[in-house]
Amino acid sequence: MADFQDLTLFWIKEMNIPVKHTTGEEAVLSLLQDAGPQASHVLESISQRGLPTRRVEAWHYTDLRNLLKHYPAVASSSESAAKNALAACKNPLPCVELPIINGGYCAELATTLPQKMLVASQTQTVDATDIASDDTIGLLNSGLVTGGLTIAVNDDAHIDDRICLSHIMTEENSAASRHNVKIGARASITLMERHLTTNSAAAVTNTVCDLELADNSIVTWVIDQQMSELATRFGQLNVKLGKQAELTILSLNSGCKLVRQEIRVEVLGEGSRLNISGVNLIGHDAHIDVTTKLDHLVPNTVSTETFRNVVAGNGRGVFQGQINVAQIAQGTDARMACNSLLLSDASEFSAKPELEIFADDVQCAHGATVSDIDENHLFYLMARGIPEKLSRDMLIKAFVAEVFDGLAVEQIGKELNNRIDNWLDNNG
Amino acid sequence: MLEIKNLHVKIIEDNTEIIRGLNLSVKAGEVAAIMGPNGSGKSTLSYVLAGKDNYEVTEGSVMLNGENILDMSPDERAVSGVFLAFQYPMEIPGVATMNFLKAAMNSQRKACGEGELSTPDFIRLVKESAGKLGVSMDILKRALNVGFSGGEKKRAEILQMALLEPSLCILDETDSGLDIDALKIVAEGVNALRDENRAFLVITHYQRLLEHIVPDTVHVLYRGRIIQSGDKSLALHLEENGYADVIASAA
Repeated sequence: MADFQDLTLFWIKEMNIPVKHTTGEEAVLSLLQDAGPQASHVLESISQRGLPTRRVEAWHYTDLRNLLKHYPAVASSSESAAKNALAACKNPLPCVELPIINGGYCAELATTLPQKMLVASQTQTVDATDIASDDTIGLLNSGLVTGGLTIAVNDDAHIDDRICLSHIMTEENSAASRHNVKIGARASITLMERHLTTNSAAAVTNTVCDLELADNSIVTWVIDQQMSELATRFGQLNVKLGKQAELTILSLNSGCKLVRQEIRVEVLGEGSRLNISGVNLIGHDAHIDVTTKLDHLVPNTVSTETFRNVVAGNGRGVFQGQINVAQIAQGTDARMACNSLLLSDASEFSAKPELEIFADDVQCAHGATVSDIDENHLFYLMARGIPEKLSRDMLIKAFVAEVFDGLAVEQIGKELNNRIDNWLDNNG
Repeated sequence: MLEIKNLHVKIIEDNTEIIRGLNLSVKAGEVAAIMGPNGSGKSTLSYVLAGKDNYEVTEGSVMLNGENILDMSPDERAVSGVFLAFQYPMEIPGVATMNFLKAAMNSQRKACGEGELSTPDFIRLVKESAGKLGVSMDILKRALNVGFSGGEKKRAEILQMALLEPSLCILDETDSGLDIDALKIVAEGVNALRDENRAFLVITHYQRLLEHIVPDTVHVLYRGRIIQSGDKSLALHLEENGYADVIASAA
């Protein structure tokens, strides 16, 4: 497929036919133009190739060229707006708040940090020429990034407070940020990315987080996206996992019109454990794509991925799960499951597992199911006097809640359950 | 209390008629046993009364306390007093048993215009009933029926019946899969609920259950109709002689 596209490109170049850009592409290009020299490579790349279509393997189920209808101007931040925004999006969980309002970090609104960790506001620059041509989120981020945080947790630090990066958009604007988080050896911490909008504005955000876990560290990373149903979000979490490190990732999508969330993990340390649990609640005409890529590069590591998706209305969901096991990565145990519940005839879910295994002594399993609510279960609940709507909601909740059962972070599980309730009230 | 007249029922999927002109009348306070060979329509009858939607009623009526229940959804029937103790209670992962019990009790109370139970009152009621039925509070902390033994599932059904206080209790082969001790406990639970305002429809293959839950009337269901009715001695007769002579004399 990629060859074919390159060939097309070649023809277009040779024949000197200008690529016709969509309005979405034009909006992106004009922002990249305004971004100046940092965006020159990306500008050239997107101007020539356009945004990815079905023909680009990594974007096969998310035809970005057709789905991205607009890309609003980059937001500017004012302190008073920030204060109101943070008040409007109050976190129900007690935590250390690091507010990133309209793409800008508001240090003056941040909660006092616990000891043994540092946070600095810093715009991360990356060399765009190092970014793969199909890594559209990375490319756009490198061109449009305006800020981000550098977070460092000391070796041996056990941070009890939950650290929360609250990304809040207040207008129909765009924002791109890149965070760099380094967890010291034997340290432990829970970090949360929240993504919110204060109104129903069609905001567009692009957030890349680079997370490094040093040896023997224990981290829980939560991605909680609850933006307006007109918003678009591009997210990328890039992880490097050290020896004996343990990482739990929880991802919940319950908003947005268009989401592409990528989780990419390089398993670099022996004996490390990775657990990814995700719930996607997809209603109205939302399109939510979660794409994971795990590279098991050393022996004796364990990874599990569990995704539960509920799709209602005209919603469309995508899960792409790639697991690569290098030849030396003997003893890898990698398991992936993606179960989806379709609540309407128009709803859709596409699941694509991709396993590439070069080692011979490994256990890899993957499974995907798509189903409707079990009529026998529904009848059982209704036969006890529980009305149909409540019975359905109970069953939907049961389907997704299993993912969050047995979480060490029980409070987060409870909060996520509340969010499921809210979504069901609007979409069930 | 329950008045079934000329009931005809088809399975929607394959259009097969299962119930073919069934008449049955059960008075308040009565325990009516329904017996019959395999495939006679016993379980279909229980599902049709509870409102499962795989069946189509083509003719006839089912009145409960003067109300036609055939137009009601399963939850409305439950509120009207129908309770089906399932032959195979569903295992529903992810739904906590206590949450389910609370939702069922409060939904029914709400439908009757009563206020919701407070959590302490709810727990007290469950503890009382569970204690009588030998249901441990531990299993009630699990997901609904998940990992319950056969006996625990049937006891949990009777527990639900006790908590929901229905007026028509349908026991669909409640004895299947029970050892003799569990059978006794379940039967005691049922007997404790016998009441002049409550009727029971006990569907069973065997006389054994009827030694513990002694019926007032016994009805033989064959090919979708009641072909003979009698008192408890009819069950004993069937136990000794099988269904052949009853079927022959009805033909």
